[in-house]
Amino acid sequence: MASIYEQIGGEKAVELAVEEFYRRVLSDERIAQFFDDIDMDKQMAKQKAFLTMVLGGPNQYSGLDMRKGHAHLLERGLNDSHVDAVVENLGETLKSLNVPIELVNQVTTLASSLRNDVLSR
Amino acid sequence: MATVWYEEKQYPVKAGESVLDTLLKNQIPSSYSCRSGVCQTCVMKADKGELPERAQKGLKDTLKKQGYFLSCVCYPEQDLHISSENNSVLAWIVDKQILSQDVVKINLRCSDKIEYFAGQYITLTRQDKLSRSYSLASLPEEETLEIHVRKLLNGKMSSWLYDEAQIGEQLQVQGPIGDCFYTTGQNEQPLLLAGTGTGLAPLYGILKDALKQGHQGDIWLFHGALHSKGLYLVDELASLIKKHANFHYCPTVLQGNPDELIKVGNLEEIIFSQFPKLSAWRAFLCGHPELVVSLKKKLFLKGVSLKNIFSDAFITSPSTSS
Repeated sequence: MASIYEQIGGEKAVELAVEEFYRRVLSDERIAQFFDDIDMDKQMAKQKAFLTMVLGGPNQYSGLDMRKGHAHLLERGLNDSHVDAVVENLGETLKSLNVPIELVNQVTTLASSLRNDVLSR
Repeated sequence: MATVWYEEKQYPVKAGESVLDTLLKNQIPSSYSCRSGVCQTCVMKADKGELPERAQKGLKDTLKKQGYFLSCVCYPEQDLHISSENNSVLAWIVDKQILSQDVVKINLRCSDKIEYFAGQYITLTRQDKLSRSYSLASLPEEETLEIHVRKLLNGKMSSWLYDEAQIGEQLQVQGPIGDCFYTTGQNEQPLLLAGTGTGLAPLYGILKDALKQGHQGDIWLFHGALHSKGLYLVDELASLIKKHANFHYCPTVLQGNPDELIKVGNLEEIIFSQFPKLSAWRAFLCGHPELVVSLKKKLFLKGVSLKNIFSDAFITSPSTSS
């Protein structure tokens, strides 16, 4: 069975989705401060890799990568509420691109399940 | 079987192995993360050799043109030379002109002509090893490299260049580096060139480049300064306006009195009040980091794709204060 990544249109779809997702996240007061990066291009590449992963696309991220990648944010107070906000924005992004609701829910469930790695628990 | 050249040594790339695999196998420290060609942590630069399309997917046009590629998904079909970053050439000052009370134009001739795109920057190193980076205002076909240097309070290099450096002075030039330059394709696209202070240097290069390459779309240059004494190249820009109907110049100042040409106010506000809708534009942002970062973010949130925003934030070295 095709992955959600393939079902929604693969790389081209992710390209569209990631800018939408990144814009939402930057505009969300609950989490914007964690994305206050000088290098937006690098940050967007990471968003693209994250999106690719949760959509079931080609990636080789490990749980350890997620831990290492977010460790410095824990010092700045990263917690469950922020993970929830990111997952919410992810869902809204996919809905805005007319992804069927069952698929959206599958993706957000997967994203949410990463929280122990993201929060180093 | 292709070979990868790195720091004068060659490494054969086995079938099915990426450049990253080959480097790691040979104990060459290399950065990576997703290993899928997406996160761009593994990006490297090739001097020579044709790059497979897959190895450049997702990279900005201006990086592709310089030979940057993603080593984790690069399966070379031909030999590849990975760039070592340290090429420097000897150069000397052949012209020096004061452009304003704190900006000096310096022209350098290099012992070996360097290839660059207008808007990139070089690093200058003085005899005593003091190094600073400056953006190029010249076009590659010109005989000399042109930089604009703003004399900063306590600026070691800038004060020396402004007050003391003589014609004939020898320096080392490294580079070019940077991904803020004009590329062809999208001829009709409106261009926003926005900058403060000597951010005008790369923007001037990019402007000349775009016009020379026949860019048809409107080109809007917004140059911001504290007050009118900080504006420069005004005559040169005026003559470009006469020659090119699609070029528009908007000098802005924070303090002072407006006149026919000069607008007073915050540069960002002036840009957005003139152009509330910019999503189809391409933007080049150069100069003060706060402005560059802020404008980039605002443009992105207004719908401009990051692929269409090119920036060069001028970061001053700790020994100086502006």
